[in-house]
Amino acid sequence: MLYIIRTALELGCLYAPVALALFLSYRVLDIADLTTDGCFILGAAVSVTLTAAGHPVIAVFAAVIAGACAGFVTAFLQTKLGVPSILAGIVTNMGLYTVNLMVMGWSANVSLLKAETIFSDLSEVNGVGDWGGVVIAGSAVVIVGVLLVLFLRTRLGLSIRATGDNRDMVRASSINPTFTVTIGLCIANALTGLSGAMVGQYQNAADINGGTGIVVIGLACLIIGETVLGRRSIVKGVIAALLGSILYRLIYAIVLYTKVFPVAGLKLVTAVIVAAAIAMPAIRRWVALQKRRTQRRKGGAGNA
Amino acid sequence: MLDIKNIHVTFNPGTVTEKKAITDLSLHLAPGDFVTVIGSNGAGKSTLFNAVSGSFYTESGSIVLDGRDITLEPEYKRSKYVGRMFQDPLKGTAPNMTIEENLALAYLRASGHTNPFSSVTRKQREEFRARLSQLGLGLEDRMKQPVGLLSGGQRQALTLLMATVVTPKLLLLDEHTAALDPATAEKVLDLTKSIVHEHSITCMMITHNIASALELGNRTLMMADGRIVLELSGEERANMTVETLLKRFREKTGSALDNDRMLLG
Repeated sequence: MLYIIRTALELGCLYAPVALALFLSYRVLDIADLTTDGCFILGAAVSVTLTAAGHPVIAVFAAVIAGACAGFVTAFLQTKLGVPSILAGIVTNMGLYTVNLMVMGWSANVSLLKAETIFSDLSEVNGVGDWGGVVIAGSAVVIVGVLLVLFLRTRLGLSIRATGDNRDMVRASSINPTFTVTIGLCIANALTGLSGAMVGQYQNAADINGGTGIVVIGLACLIIGETVLGRRSIVKGVIAALLGSILYRLIYAIVLYTKVFPVAGLKLVTAVIVAAAIAMPAIRRWVALQKRRTQRRKGGAGNA
Repeated sequence: MLDIKNIHVTFNPGTVTEKKAITDLSLHLAPGDFVTVIGSNGAGKSTLFNAVSGSFYTESGSIVLDGRDITLEPEYKRSKYVGRMFQDPLKGTAPNMTIEENLALAYLRASGHTNPFSSVTRKQREEFRARLSQLGLGLEDRMKQPVGLLSGGQRQALTLLMATVVTPKLLLLDEHTAALDPATAEKVLDLTKSIVHEHSITCMMITHNIASALELGNRTLMMADGRIVLELSGEERANMTVETLLKRFREKTGSALDNDRMLLG
């Protein structure tokens, strides 16, 4: 059981930046950013390649910058070139496939055999033992989360939030939406890149297909967290992303170890959770309408 | 303060739907001028405001604000010193952000803070609270609530406060009380009057209410067909009545003011 919890915490923290990224792009900016999948692998690829070259810490920062660049391309396509935002993400994602292969030296996967990673440093410290991964990924995520909350209170952060909240208002204010969308997507994809970087070093490998569905999983994490915490303030949203990520991995780990149903089925479950959660308002309205209709019919029969 | 010289605006030029929205319009505003603008629908009132605020560029002519040529400056840059309010109360505030965050945003953008990472201090928050309480709507106790929970009138009052939290060089009010119920409209108009007066803001206000057009401010413009057809100020304006103004309008344009709201207002 302890092992399950530790694994869930570890993976939850490793993948949490993706949930944070989606919080920023999907919730704050109101843009479905499909760059995420390719960007995640980009982070992993950059990170693993540089780690293999002996620079595990620089690798993480490089992956973050690479992610931001991917976000910039998506933002540029939709703000300057008029590509619809979902398509912009898909196009960038597609292009990233080749870029990722290139980063990995034109092979579909790279693995680290004996290279030092950010995780191998700490496991040698006494007292931490097996919890090294949780400590490193956890502290990285907490730092990033706090920075994000503080950032969203600044002039630029508030401007980004207003861009996602009310375009009319932004048009009449001194906010340049091109700029705020670009910065927002750069930061979101930098976060995704960070997650990919940490996961890559954690797994000692990067795989060209390793990011498939990451965007949906990230959304699922965010939605799970928001269901538990409610969504109102920015602080709550950020905590929801972290908590949801851990909860998702806990469910994942429990399924993995208890074999309630095949792990391969989890992607379908995830997809259903996300679709249902996003559809909830529409479903609720429909149910309420049907209820009123039935009541009307009954009432009508009584009068007749 | 504001110098508009011979501006032209044409929509859909060169097509069958070509419309000359503003023709050779010039206007000068002195600092502290409060100009009310009236005219029937399609007269070019909002187009004039949009041209000044930069929603589109004028075809020719120049617009100079406080000595700075803004003719070809993009909208978001002008917005730093041109405050704007629209008829729709939903257009001026961000519904999912709190009252305090909305004010903070307006303040941080308009005050000379060039650092994108600047944020508001406790002292500034106290100032926001004080200014909110001046509105007399009890909003000062709801600063942590999202703006989406406020009524249209409250949102419009908040927008007014946001537009003036840092005194703009020019305030453009485009029928900002038209979507409100009469009592609330009156309240927002009173607030407008006191805020504009207190900070001696140079201001232009479009209204369909001729009585308030004559009552508020120190000048009144009447527009028709993209031109200013009548300008009132000083004694002439002080002695003007709604009836005489309507008569003058008919003489000037050869048609009646076609809007019932103006007559009822």
